[in-house]
Amino acid sequence: MHEGNAVKTKNDFVRIKKGLKFQPLLLLTNYKHCVIIVFELILIRNDFMYRIIRKAILNPTVTLMEIEAPLAAKKAEPGQFIILRTDKNGERIPLTIADFDRVRGTITIIYQIVGATTEKLNYKNKGDYIEDLTGPLGIPSKTDGLKKVAVVGGGVGCAIAYPIAKKLHANGVCVHSIIGFRSRELVILEDEFSEASDMLCIMTDDGSYGEKGLVTTALKSLIEKGEVYDEVIAIGPLVMMKFVSALTKEYGIKTTVSMNPIMIDGTGMCGCCRITVGGEIKFACVDGPDFDGHKVDFDEAIKRGSIYRKIERAAHEKVCNLYQNINED
Amino acid sequence: MANMSPEKNEVRCQEPSERIKNFDEVAYGYDVETAVSEAERCLNCKNKPCVDGCPVNIDIPAFIGKIKQREFVAAYKIIRESSSLPAVCGRVCPQEKQCEERCVRGKKGEPVGIGRLERFADTFYSSRPESFKTPELPESNGHKAAVIGSGPAGLSCAGELIRMGYSVTVFEALHVAGGVLVYGIPEFRLPKTIVQREIYRLMNLGVTIETNTVIGKTFSIGDLFENGFKAVFIGSGAGLPNFMGIKGENLNGVYSANEFLTRINLMKAQQEDSDTPIMPVKNIAVVGGGNVAMDAARCAKRLGAENVYIIYRRSENEMPARKEEVLHAKEEGIIFKFLTNPAEITDGGDFSVNGVKCVEMELGEPDESGRRSPVPIEGSEFILEADSVIIAVGTSPNPLIRDTTEGIKTNGRGCFITDENCRTSIEGIYAGGDAVTGAATVILAMGEGKKAAKAMDEYIRGNITI
Repeated sequence: MHEGNAVKTKNDFVRIKKGLKFQPLLLLTNYKHCVIIVFELILIRNDFMYRIIRKAILNPTVTLMEIEAPLAAKKAEPGQFIILRTDKNGERIPLTIADFDRVRGTITIIYQIVGATTEKLNYKNKGDYIEDLTGPLGIPSKTDGLKKVAVVGGGVGCAIAYPIAKKLHANGVCVHSIIGFRSRELVILEDEFSEASDMLCIMTDDGSYGEKGLVTTALKSLIEKGEVYDEVIAIGPLVMMKFVSALTKEYGIKTTVSMNPIMIDGTGMCGCCRITVGGEIKFACVDGPDFDGHKVDFDEAIKRGSIYRKIERAAHEKVCNLYQNINED
Repeated sequence: MANMSPEKNEVRCQEPSERIKNFDEVAYGYDVETAVSEAERCLNCKNKPCVDGCPVNIDIPAFIGKIKQREFVAAYKIIRESSSLPAVCGRVCPQEKQCEERCVRGKKGEPVGIGRLERFADTFYSSRPESFKTPELPESNGHKAAVIGSGPAGLSCAGELIRMGYSVTVFEALHVAGGVLVYGIPEFRLPKTIVQREIYRLMNLGVTIETNTVIGKTFSIGDLFENGFKAVFIGSGAGLPNFMGIKGENLNGVYSANEFLTRINLMKAQQEDSDTPIMPVKNIAVVGGGNVAMDAARCAKRLGAENVYIIYRRSENEMPARKEEVLHAKEEGIIFKFLTNPAEITDGGDFSVNGVKCVEMELGEPDESGRRSPVPIEGSEFILEADSVIIAVGTSPNPLIRDTTEGIKTNGRGCFITDENCRTSIEGIYAGGDAVTGAATVILAMGEGKKAAKAMDEYIRGNITI
């Protein structure tokens, strides 16, 4: 028995030795080899660099995550997005960069749980890793030459509107923020917005917080009161952006919207994210995601966005059930 | 004694009725005896017309000669001298328009099955232990070279540079390396394990592959130079899908071939454990006549579509797709609608496709490409019933690099302008493959990558002496 074992070990040793790469691990004889091992470990670590370092639940369906992604953080600008995959069978989903910290090398995402991937993502916690993260993608929001801007955010879209408001405010632009939610418990980023705005107006559909009504109501009354904006930046559900654009068109105020259609690669390869802008086909991933709100065909975008809704719901339920079963076990 | 059979040795394939239910490779490839018998059909012509037909000039009679002598590893090594990816080219090259077109045996009967023999040589070599050994590399010269894109052009460029002693980093935008070999060409035509194997071979040589890195976004080319890269090769391909601009093209159920194939090949949407969705299809129309159209149609069949149509505006003779793929597609029950052009995709009422309004065509005068151009026949409109449409009418280079690299010159189609040594308008930046030519073949891209590597080497060495 003993002898048999010894022979096996010897064979294994020879085999491993032939396997080149791990040779230094077995020949730990001098300082030089230790350095090689440390170097290899660093290389291995690099493969798992997208670590979640902060997770905060903002409301029952919206979560914030700060993820280590030094390369994306280095170049990120407001208005850009990343593509991530939660695990090796995961789909690629686009998420807008809500914030970034170049010193810490992190980017922050804020997402609403709508399908299987966001549900899976939500089961990850601080210290867990994300399989893949690519970015920053898309063209940054243009903020040059603006003096007074109305930033309109709706629901989870506020997460995208916030970095833009923050940048504008930091550049000395007068920022009026109007953020809308369905009800009080869904309000997110209130403190952040109030810090980044010269005036903040919170709207809820049911009046349980702030003013009762839609963001368009608030925007209209501000314009009627005589506020003159160089530009309105509207980010939220397609329907909201559609009505904001319709309103500002009446007053002739330039309006920028941020589109978030279905994407796969996010680099202009699949054409899945195509939208019609001023009668032309545009790819949101490489031509956008910001577009002139007065030119976007919102009705088409709304219909295109709904194609996988049934599948998405079914997949979401499946993931929920799966995790529920795991928890019960 | 030469084998004087007028026909190629048949290659064993999965039965059409079986293979439309799976994504496994269709052709099994030659076994040793069949390969030797096929090799014996080669007449070993003195003037070697086949070599001129090969975009990278593989010494074809020489490698076939080695197969005749049953020196299969030697045969592989001869191919490897000119081609970086024999496993891939043996499977996806349009041989009937290249080497096999020039083959003397083709004048009376079928040409020698050069592609099949190439594939055989690779399969044999790759099953040998010596294929796992790291080849001897020259001493590192301490210079860094960057390659953008891990498709055929990028991989061959990287392979050449590392063998010249450079430290090579390949940047890939997607989460997997391989480019079009991974997201475009389906598993049943080019198994992904083979692409993986080629990539592992490169990594084993010391090539670093950075996935999830989009050049033009994560790094600009300027950043690469600042980070010490001495020369950059752009092999970013032609990934941006073209659309036709007809009515109804944005309806739900209309895909670019890239989207459809990416969902399947890259994201494995057909597999139970994949999170990426794909809509079930019943009647599907694929527009286009190239390999991509064939791939999309055959993938649709494998997803369970009942009727798969290929709509092509010219006749079968003008179709650019590889002959074998057209044959396989027909065997699998794909319905070809030649001389037919889509005029409109019709809306079923809920923003989904319910048909394609087509117009019949006839061939008129030859156009600038030398192919007879199709002309619509008046009053020939008809509706083809379909619930999905795939647009496979070509791709253009992606704007990410040209928009972020100041001073780089591109032509009207967005392709990089290069000289005969793959040099772009900016010093130290080289380009090749589809990014330069527009959508073309794997072998051309590979050849360009190789040529660029040589030019980059000369450039970097020239700079050191100065």
